[in-house]
Amino acid sequence: MIAFLLRRAGIGLLTLVLASIVVFSVMEILPGDPARLMLGMNATPEAVESLRNQMGLNQPVPIRYLDWIGGLLVGDFGRSYTYSSPVIDLIAERASVSLPLALISLALSTAIAIPVGLFAASRRGRVSDTLSMGAAQVGVAIPNFWFALILVYVFAVWLRLLPAGGFPGWGGGIWPGVRALVLPSVALALPQAAILARVTRSALLEVLGEDYIRTARAKGMPRRIVLWRHALRNAMIPVLTIMGLQFAFLLAGTIIIENVFYLPGLGRLIFQAITQRDLIVVEGVVILLVATIVLINILVDVAYAIVDPRLRAR
Amino acid sequence: MSLVEIEKLRLSIGDTPILNGVDLTVDKGEILGLVGESGSGKSMTALTLMRLLPQASETTGRVIFDGRDILAANEDEMCRLRGDEVGMVFQEPMTALNPVHPIGRQVAEGIRWHTGSNRADAENAARRMLDRVGLPESRFPLTRYPHELSGGQRQRVVIAIACALNPKLLIADEPTTALDVVLQKQILDLLKDLVDERGMGLLLISHDLAVVTEMADRVAIMRRGEILETGETTRTLSEQVHPYTRQLAQASMHVPQRTEKGARPRTRASSPLLSVEGVTRDYSGRRTGFLSRERPFRAVDHVSFEMGRGQSVALVGRSGCGKSTLARMILALDAPTSGDIKLKGETVIGRGEAELRPLRRDMQVVFQDPYGSFNPRHTVERLVAEPLHLLDEKPSPADRRERVAAALREVGLAPADMAKYPHEFSGGQRQRLSIARALITRPALIVADEPVSALDVSIRAQILDLFAELNSRLGVAYLFITHDLTVARAITDDVMVMHEGSIVESGRTADVLDNPRSEAARALVEAAPDLHRAMARRLVQSG
Repeated sequence: MIAFLLRRAGIGLLTLVLASIVVFSVMEILPGDPARLMLGMNATPEAVESLRNQMGLNQPVPIRYLDWIGGLLVGDFGRSYTYSSPVIDLIAERASVSLPLALISLALSTAIAIPVGLFAASRRGRVSDTLSMGAAQVGVAIPNFWFALILVYVFAVWLRLLPAGGFPGWGGGIWPGVRALVLPSVALALPQAAILARVTRSALLEVLGEDYIRTARAKGMPRRIVLWRHALRNAMIPVLTIMGLQFAFLLAGTIIIENVFYLPGLGRLIFQAITQRDLIVVEGVVILLVATIVLINILVDVAYAIVDPRLRAR
Repeated sequence: MSLVEIEKLRLSIGDTPILNGVDLTVDKGEILGLVGESGSGKSMTALTLMRLLPQASETTGRVIFDGRDILAANEDEMCRLRGDEVGMVFQEPMTALNPVHPIGRQVAEGIRWHTGSNRADAENAARRMLDRVGLPESRFPLTRYPHELSGGQRQRVVIAIACALNPKLLIADEPTTALDVVLQKQILDLLKDLVDERGMGLLLISHDLAVVTEMADRVAIMRRGEILETGETTRTLSEQVHPYTRQLAQASMHVPQRTEKGARPRTRASSPLLSVEGVTRDYSGRRTGFLSRERPFRAVDHVSFEMGRGQSVALVGRSGCGKSTLARMILALDAPTSGDIKLKGETVIGRGEAELRPLRRDMQVVFQDPYGSFNPRHTVERLVAEPLHLLDEKPSPADRRERVAAALREVGLAPADMAKYPHEFSGGQRQRLSIARALITRPALIVADEPVSALDVSIRAQILDLFAELNSRLGVAYLFITHDLTVARAITDDVMVMHEGSIVESGRTADVLDNPRSEAARALVEAAPDLHRAMARRLVQSG
């Protein structure tokens, strides 16, 4: 298991190095001079040139890459041109919204999807199976911003149970923060749950056709126990794969929902940074996301090995 | 009263009738052999007893187990019965165990469920049972996972699960069909001992008359969802009252007519068709740590032999002895670690695909599974014509159809079949298709890897006839890879016995199989089920 983890970590590290080169190169190729952007269109060429020198933009590319990497290693992601504050602080502030949002959404979608998948698989072909999978189909098809608006109308405007948007920060205790995240995470989780439920159901149905399920039934085990004990764990591999992908999406792909609920999350940070050519912020967020996704993939691999003993030897 | 009484059992799945009035009894402590070809309804009869039928199954008739009406029982009653009073062993040991649970837990699970005992007691019982089936804890701890065991060992675990609670009835559905003959004998002996020792009734389902003759007190012959004949084993099989029984018995002892059998001169003097010189194949070991690996595994170890034109040679051995690896290297699908392989004097080693083409024309292959070796979305014409890309000049469409038609005629199919798809053919016909595909380039050598072991006995007899006929008519040489000595005996001139990567014995087929000298050959011969021998032995036993 230790060797397995080391090897996975090594591969992850290599991925990160390659990704950092790609990210850096793309940023180099993109048009737009940060110094000119900061000084505005009317700045004299001399002023731009001196700012470029000051920012180190005139140094050779490999040196600047190494500078950037060296900084990343000690937590120095540089300073944002537009916010005039350290990138790491910006990211930390936004992640304090996005990370809890992603975790709550993932937990919610798993909590909905796995029972629904089990239920539908155990009633294959019956009306209840058709109905729950039909509902899942609708869940996949509904755009989440539309669903979000409905949620706001029902729970914020009509019932007045939850805030319609904005984020109070974690300064005032956990509860107000969580309250602000409830509606967005439901809006995010539901389509994810619909996909995950379908994946769970089809993985279970495949496993239920296996010989060892018949062996378990021939032992006298009732269907319900066979489903939980013998089928579910064998069906987890595709489910874990989808969960890993969904978590990665939930971390940074949530810009629409962040806009609907006016949440200061990572998605909006990266969107704003791109439109304002704040390349150093873009670089920092992207590389951090790559690192997170590499970490998620390692976790998913470890989860595979926990679920299936055959994968431990590899 | 019998342990099992089945009367007028009818079963249909959807609109398809499967069983058409089955009558069958199994007495306490009796071994009943249920024999029939695939699709005859043997397995469905067994699954009806367990009430583990597929959805949309409808049954009528009477199935009484130990005084209880099985067809009327509800699911809870069946759950109490299954695994406790009726145990079941399945055909495919590689997939019959749950890959994510250790074997101890899989054996203990049923014990805990039925007896309500605590984990420690159930594990003790599981430990004793695994020890009894030949998996002592010292070498096979309860924490082993199925993938750490071989096929034979996994079948022992399945038997331990089925027998853990001393059921009154054990159902074994083709329990040894997926195993090699030596393992087959061990597993059959184990089943027989368990049945004797615990007084269980055994319903043994098999397509193999020899196996049933060795094991069963009584035999029931089944065809198309009906029992045609039942009776005491030796009498039924020696008197062969029902014509179908006679047909089955004859098919399983069938030896094809071969012209110039054994008289074909061995072309040692002229250049050999195939020569294998000191071929070795190592597989690198499994990774055990970050940098460490297990020692390489030597699958084939310095094998040398020659084959003449038109010669039919059997390569026999237990599963895992390296015979398929050797075949893959001969076909240039895998490269030897060292050694040389020559076809018609030209080496096949280290050539690119383009350079291999003329050689590939001369050697074709027939695989075991006629179901898995065709792309279901292609027409027969396209499938059979596949090897024609090996020709230097692409044949015209008309020429291509001409060749396909000729190949189909060669194997006893109609040229009109070329517009059909593989699913429209039966198993035996599909094996004819694979032979047609192999013949289309007029090869000098056909390598056939267990070409008849997936077929029913009567179909097998026809395919063996076809092989024999093509050999005498077209002079094509065969390398038959098989663990079935009846096949080797039926259609080969010479035999090579392979054991742990080496050829340990070779010679004329009849000589080697009648008087095996090596340990490995003797083990194979002794374990091979043989209807003649089994009948003789049973007749002597019963006086």
